[in-house]
Amino acid sequence: MPDSKSAVVMDADRIARTLTRIAHEIVERNKGVDDVALIGIRTRGVYIARRLARTLKQITGDEVPTGALDITLYRDDLMRNAVGPQPVIRRTEIPFSIDDKKILLVDDVLYTGRTTRAALDALIDFGRPKGIQLIVLVDRGHRELPIKADYVGKNLPTNPEESVQVRLQETDGNDEVVLQQEEAAI
Amino acid sequence: MSATVHDVDQQTAVTSLRSKDLLGISDLTPEEIMLILDTADAMQEIASRPIKKVPALRGKTVVNLFFEPSTRTRTSFEIAEKRLSADTLNIAIATSSVVKGETLADTALNLEAMRPDMIVLRHSSSGACHLLSRICKSAIINAGDGMHEHPTQALLDAFTIRERKRRLDGLKVAIIGDLLHSRVLRSNILLLTKMGADVWVCGPPTLMPADIRRFGVTATSSVDAAVKDADVIMLLRIQLERMEGAFFPSLREYFNVFGMTEARMQLARPDVIIMHPGPMNRGVEIASEVADGPYSVILDQVANGVAVRMAVLYLLAGGAEHEEAA
Repeated sequence: MPDSKSAVVMDADRIARTLTRIAHEIVERNKGVDDVALIGIRTRGVYIARRLARTLKQITGDEVPTGALDITLYRDDLMRNAVGPQPVIRRTEIPFSIDDKKILLVDDVLYTGRTTRAALDALIDFGRPKGIQLIVLVDRGHRELPIKADYVGKNLPTNPEESVQVRLQETDGNDEVVLQQEEAAI
Repeated sequence: MSATVHDVDQQTAVTSLRSKDLLGISDLTPEEIMLILDTADAMQEIASRPIKKVPALRGKTVVNLFFEPSTRTRTSFEIAEKRLSADTLNIAIATSSVVKGETLADTALNLEAMRPDMIVLRHSSSGACHLLSRICKSAIINAGDGMHEHPTQALLDAFTIRERKRRLDGLKVAIIGDLLHSRVLRSNILLLTKMGADVWVCGPPTLMPADIRRFGVTATSSVDAAVKDADVIMLLRIQLERMEGAFFPSLREYFNVFGMTEARMQLARPDVIIMHPGPMNRGVEIASEVADGPYSVILDQVANGVAVRMAVLYLLAGGAEHEEAA
């Protein structure tokens, strides 16, 4: 529902082409998909990971194991506010061993890097992968930690006051990325 | 595309508990119960990781204050606390006849002075947790108070039922055994009726509280009536240590009339599950072949207890919204 203060920066076609391009980059960089596994960060990273798995299957014919990671319990701001409701936790589902695999970690938006830090800590509790690569649909800058994505759908320069909303068919009914000017109160 | 239950965002109606404490099921709304069960569902997976520990409660101190002997509940809480990275302290105090409210209050205030974040309390007096809740800033979790409530047991039972039956609403649940001395019964009745289950209770008339029907359950002394078409059969322990006097002629007599055997189970639905909060008296309230049978979920209850207690600890660790910052 874009109003005067929001702009669509990626539409459905653009998102689809971008994910196809990233899938080809994955195959090129890893020389195929042997020992590769996708793990999406809840919520939207999971659906992006599943779409990439489907595209990788079309390209290579191979099934790429795909999992879902909830990073809430690893957040660095979890108990900082002593008072208030706790974030809702959802299930982590990684139905394969990550030992010695090349893990492709998938998120929708890369911003401060704190979510990625939490995800890296969580993954290490599941085993010792051969390596971890980071895939994001949008990199909006403003990093607060030394973290860099290996595959970027779109670099999107933003102000901290703006918000980037990734909408996906599976969760929101349509595919688009919207840059929104936040009201000062928020 | 096909969606499993975990695929979509769960439509949890509430995202936090209103109270700083968990004193009993009576204080919880159905939405809060669902929030605890959904959170437990996410916690359950942690037990299957190579490193069974998450950093969520790092730096939080939890005191397990047990005035009554308990192995299962205390161990379950301790494992739950450790899996969330809390620092745990176990204090087991043998009850004596001179230990009364005042001493409990003093013990609690002394503990409070050392700034724990949460206190898990098991006490032989009903209402002990309510007393602590009034005088302590820490979150109080009731791990069983007298003959009053044992909320985490009822929550783990509900979790286990929901895991097997995918719902609680509309199920026939038969609870059979010592109805008089059981805090597990009270918490389970409160929870299951809140969630829309059809609860039947069954036991000898001498172990049946006179006013039990006011909880919205069907009471009977006929095992066959209770078991007929049941989705869930929950057996309660005959609490010999709480019984003074003759409630029934003998344990053998009790088993003959009320003990759960494979023959009696035939009246229940074919997919019935058998539950027991433990510790079991084999050959008294339950036959061994039933306890070890394929429909028994008794060990699932124990496993699920850890996940449910992790959920409660996590949800209470944030504190209540109205609580004033220290």
